[in-house]
Amino acid sequence: MVVSILHRATGIALSIAGLAILTWWLVAIAEGQAAYEQFAKLATCPIGLVVLIGLTWCFFQHLLSGIRHLVMDTGAAFELGVNKTFAILTIVGSLVLTAALWVYLLGAHQ
Amino acid sequence: MSLGDSSTPLGKVRGLGSAREGGEHWITERVTSIALLLLGTWLIASLLILPKLDRQTIIEWLRAPTGAVPMALLVIVGFRHALDGVKVTIDDYVHDEGNRFAINLIFLFLAVGGGALALYALASIAFGGVA
Repeated sequence: MVVSILHRATGIALSIAGLAILTWWLVAIAEGQAAYEQFAKLATCPIGLVVLIGLTWCFFQHLLSGIRHLVMDTGAAFELGVNKTFAILTIVGSLVLTAALWVYLLGAHQ
Repeated sequence: MSLGDSSTPLGKVRGLGSAREGGEHWITERVTSIALLLLGTWLIASLLILPKLDRQTIIEWLRAPTGAVPMALLVIVGFRHALDGVKVTIDDYVHDEGNRFAINLIFLFLAVGGGALALYALASIAFGGVA
């Protein structure tokens, strides 16, 4: 239930904020050095980082619960126990992947 | 089913016919999701592998076909999948037919416009003119 709602919420966040930032990033690169520096400055300020880390979590959560939905589309994993374990694993997985990615990014690309 | 209504669920829909559409939308959403599984993983892996995330490094990456082609696909499939997903949510929660049509139209224009802008920016990076 919660994971199903999260799938929608993260999907909407990625559709609106995620794609807007992806487009903005590409436009900033195309526009020139000044525009890119402006983007990078905003992206790496505290609020920018919170947004990017949040969207990274949205991406991994949506990806993992999306895989869960694809499995369930085949008619599998509807048993209560299996279903619940799978749901919890998507949340644990998304948090672990997000943490791992950002620890690496903030460590290596400083 | 309310009290006093003796028809079965099957009886209620019998004779109404199928929606005749929607199946393709459902399949497209799933096909694009599998494509994005690959393209999204590619984007994250690429950003991790790039030595630096400064503008010059990214331009070089997106000038090579190995960068530009998956990025173009990511933009196209990403906007399409987003539009399909947002439409399902709108159709679920906006019950007034006129409002539903209007909101779906706004998101259709936003997705096509946003996708076109992203592709234009990518093309100007990939095909030069950007230094």
